[in-house]
Amino acid sequence: MRPENGKEEDGMAQEKERKKRSQRFYDYSLLFAIVFLTIFGLIMIYSSSSYKAAIDHDGNAAYFMVRQGAVASVGLVLMIVISKMDYHWYAKVWKLGTVIVWILMLLVTFTPLGREYNGKKRWLGYSSFSFQPSELVKILVIVALASMIVRYGKDIDRFAGKFRVMMLVLPLALIVVINNLSTGIIIVGIGFVMMFVATKERWPYVLCIAAAALVLIFAGPIGKALTSMGILQDYQLGRINVWLDPEAYSQEGGFQVLQGLYAIGSGGLFGKGLGQSIQKMGFVPEAQNDMIFSIICEELGLFGAVSLILIFMFMIYRFMVIASNAPDLFGSMLVVGVMGHIAIQVILNIAVVTNTIPNTGITLPFISYGGTSVLFLLVEMGMVLSVSNQIKLEK
Amino acid sequence: MNRNLSGYRTRTVTACVLICILMLAMTGRLQYLMICRADYYGRMAENLHQRERTIKAARGRILDRNGTVIATNRTVCTVSVIHNQIEEPEQVAHLLAGELGISEEEVRKKVDRYSSREIIKTNVDKETGDRIRLLRLAGVKVDEDYRRYYPYDSLASKVLGFTGGDNQGIIGLEVRYEEYLKGRNGLILTMADAAGVELENAFEDRIEPEPGADLTVSLDVNIQTYAQQAALKVMEEKNAKRVTVIVMDPRNGELLAMVNVPEFNLNDPFTLNTEPEPGDTASKQDLLNRMWRNPAINDTYEPGSTFKIVTAAAGLEAGVVGLNDHFSCPGFRIVEDRKIRCHKTGGHGGETFLQATMNSCNPVFIDVGQRLGVEKYYHYFTQFGLLGKTGVDLPGEAATIMHKKEDMGLVELATVSFGQSFQITPLQLITTASSIINGGTRVTPHFAMRAVSADGANVHTFTYSVREGIVSAETSATMRYMLEQVVAEGGGKNAKIEGYAIGGKTATSEKLPRSLKKYISSFMGFAPADDPQVIALITIDEPEGVYYGGTIAAPVIADIFRNILPYLGIEAKEVAVDYSGKKTYTNP
Repeated sequence: MRPENGKEEDGMAQEKERKKRSQRFYDYSLLFAIVFLTIFGLIMIYSSSSYKAAIDHDGNAAYFMVRQGAVASVGLVLMIVISKMDYHWYAKVWKLGTVIVWILMLLVTFTPLGREYNGKKRWLGYSSFSFQPSELVKILVIVALASMIVRYGKDIDRFAGKFRVMMLVLPLALIVVINNLSTGIIIVGIGFVMMFVATKERWPYVLCIAAAALVLIFAGPIGKALTSMGILQDYQLGRINVWLDPEAYSQEGGFQVLQGLYAIGSGGLFGKGLGQSIQKMGFVPEAQNDMIFSIICEELGLFGAVSLILIFMFMIYRFMVIASNAPDLFGSMLVVGVMGHIAIQVILNIAVVTNTIPNTGITLPFISYGGTSVLFLLVEMGMVLSVSNQIKLEK
Repeated sequence: MNRNLSGYRTRTVTACVLICILMLAMTGRLQYLMICRADYYGRMAENLHQRERTIKAARGRILDRNGTVIATNRTVCTVSVIHNQIEEPEQVAHLLAGELGISEEEVRKKVDRYSSREIIKTNVDKETGDRIRLLRLAGVKVDEDYRRYYPYDSLASKVLGFTGGDNQGIIGLEVRYEEYLKGRNGLILTMADAAGVELENAFEDRIEPEPGADLTVSLDVNIQTYAQQAALKVMEEKNAKRVTVIVMDPRNGELLAMVNVPEFNLNDPFTLNTEPEPGDTASKQDLLNRMWRNPAINDTYEPGSTFKIVTAAAGLEAGVVGLNDHFSCPGFRIVEDRKIRCHKTGGHGGETFLQATMNSCNPVFIDVGQRLGVEKYYHYFTQFGLLGKTGVDLPGEAATIMHKKEDMGLVELATVSFGQSFQITPLQLITTASSIINGGTRVTPHFAMRAVSADGANVHTFTYSVREGIVSAETSATMRYMLEQVVAEGGGKNAKIEGYAIGGKTATSEKLPRSLKKYISSFMGFAPADDPQVIALITIDEPEGVYYGGTIAAPVIADIFRNILPYLGIEAKEVAVDYSGKKTYTNP
């Protein structure tokens, strides 16, 4: 009904901002949580990778930590800068951004510029500098959906609105899926969460969640049926089998899952102590990556693992507070998108590590090793802080 | 705030709550894994990380009857390099080559090889190993290990036996008493990473090794050494193939010495002790097996005249012959259609049974055998324990090769009566003779006396079966007298020693095939004749030149007795001095 709503809000916010700059809110508790997680992540990367790094990189035990630390410090500065900027200009560039992201994704997927690592073409870059465009897709989807939701207003509840959103998200997710299934899932998931908040209907979402639950429950038979129809590849069925019974299928990849479970199980209540993990010594492959949570469990125990989850929950809570108090719908949707992103990655990562769902390579935000990931995560945090910074404090 | 946002706000809260529920579900899952399944996964992980490393148990020593160590362990070192840990390959190669006496290139090649562990040299003596360890070269490992060591090199080699690479007994007493000697290996449980590299400072579980028990055997190093020297001397003098000497206590079967020259070096058991004969196509392993054989118990031979002791004892026991029974020897005896010759072609003429024994007269013993008949002879043969094995505590004892009773005719009986046409081991002969002269007790010849655990807490004393009454005390006494006479005035007179009454019997057996004219000369003697405390048997295989047992074998036993009798505390008797003095007179 009022498509101009967003713009009006923008105008108002900017006006007030000018008047009462000193009285604006800044979410320091969220900032603290972000800094804490980033540093904790560096410590855990050192702990989980030092043993193998010393062997593989000429005794340089801090190899991974130093690389991650360099990117993270750049990211933290970038985050502060972004948090101090107005976020509304994103809405003006999302179309251009979409074009750029598409070009990057096409380049990485279909041209030799894409670098292959472990059989996956996910990196784009030259010499020692490289990054994963798919991480950029996540931010773009958040910004683009927020912009579209604001633009369409109530139309978003109609089929046309949803169709447009899907036309943006699904093709992007699809091109990502070619080389990175898990990021594709996350992209769809971000869209799902944002649309859940943006639209009034409940049933489609309830149905989707129910369908996902059913698929998980009957994954075994479904997997077999799909494989016999030739839709699923053997290795994908293998993953499902491994998930259902890792010990019986240890040769088909259950080994890695089992190693994670051994690490978690041997942690006990309080863990073996920081740096005392044995599973990181080559048993859990690339312990600093997707499986880092299992090393956290082994070293810090149930106590440490639950504490970490609580910090993530606190983060989610802060996102909710910021989203609820955001000066406008665009800011609110941006924060909801980031919240969806973090929540999905945390939940899926822990679910994979604990073998609750089949294994897909999903990193634990802020903790897992990965320069692009931490950089763009901090950019997202900057965006959220920037939204928080534009909340007026009420007297 | 904008009221229009309230719908979004509610849904944001809903989303947040749902997310938190999912996260809590994850903590629930974690609690299940880390509390309920912690033991299971913890154990699985531990199994995965633990590496077992055995600590070799020290093998028990072997001591002679006086406590002299004849088999023990020596610490040796294995020097190896770990490629990943080497910092200065050139220096490592240079220093190791210098210490170990190998070429630098060879060491360098191993240092540069990309492997988890490369052994540079094994069996490095402890001093060199310690020196290398003190150099503190990164990546060089010196591991200590036990190696069996025999201080007397070749002494009683075929009796003691030696051990293999895993310190396990291979032949002789080493293998027979493996279960006492070997001990129990200990374990070190350490943690290792996925590549199997042991972790430093990791928790270690240690199960201490249990050293093997010390085995005390009845051998006497001094007697064995002397007997070996005597055997070597006669072997060289007569250019014989082999000489075997057994010295035993006839009262209980304890073997004081068992010499089989040529012996081999127990510290180097895989090197042949003789040049292989030209034209011998046997493989190295066959030659080694031959070298390791103990002819005293693994090989049988025709005992010849020494076996007349058995025929005499059987005849006396059965009452078919007396000491003073008269016989006549024309130089041969015809049994059925065979003419069996006496060694004295002209014949001994008329003689008593005692004289016939002193003369070692074949026809007389044929007569005694014939008087007994196959049935009775076989009965005594069996009763004396000749048909079975002696039960000595060494592996591979050979069994007696004897006619079947139903196949035994008078001719066979005749030949058996003077020790031909069947085969027994030297040990079987000396054991049977012991039981005949010791009052009629069949003893089990043996070496092992007791096994004492390393801490001295556990003592196992070995016992052996004894069978009494195989001949009467009277027969036994008569036999002692007869055999004393053999040495005093008969064919065994070369075994006489001043001051001692020695009993004994000579033999010269023709080896098969008879046409080769090869002989085994032997002599069995015991002392003191009236109360035997030591009995000895020598067999000289294929002596050249004079081959009569009485001429070449008897003096060796005399020589041994002359030295060991005082050593054993058997004192020379006054009476005997007179007696032998008189005899010395008559035999210039």
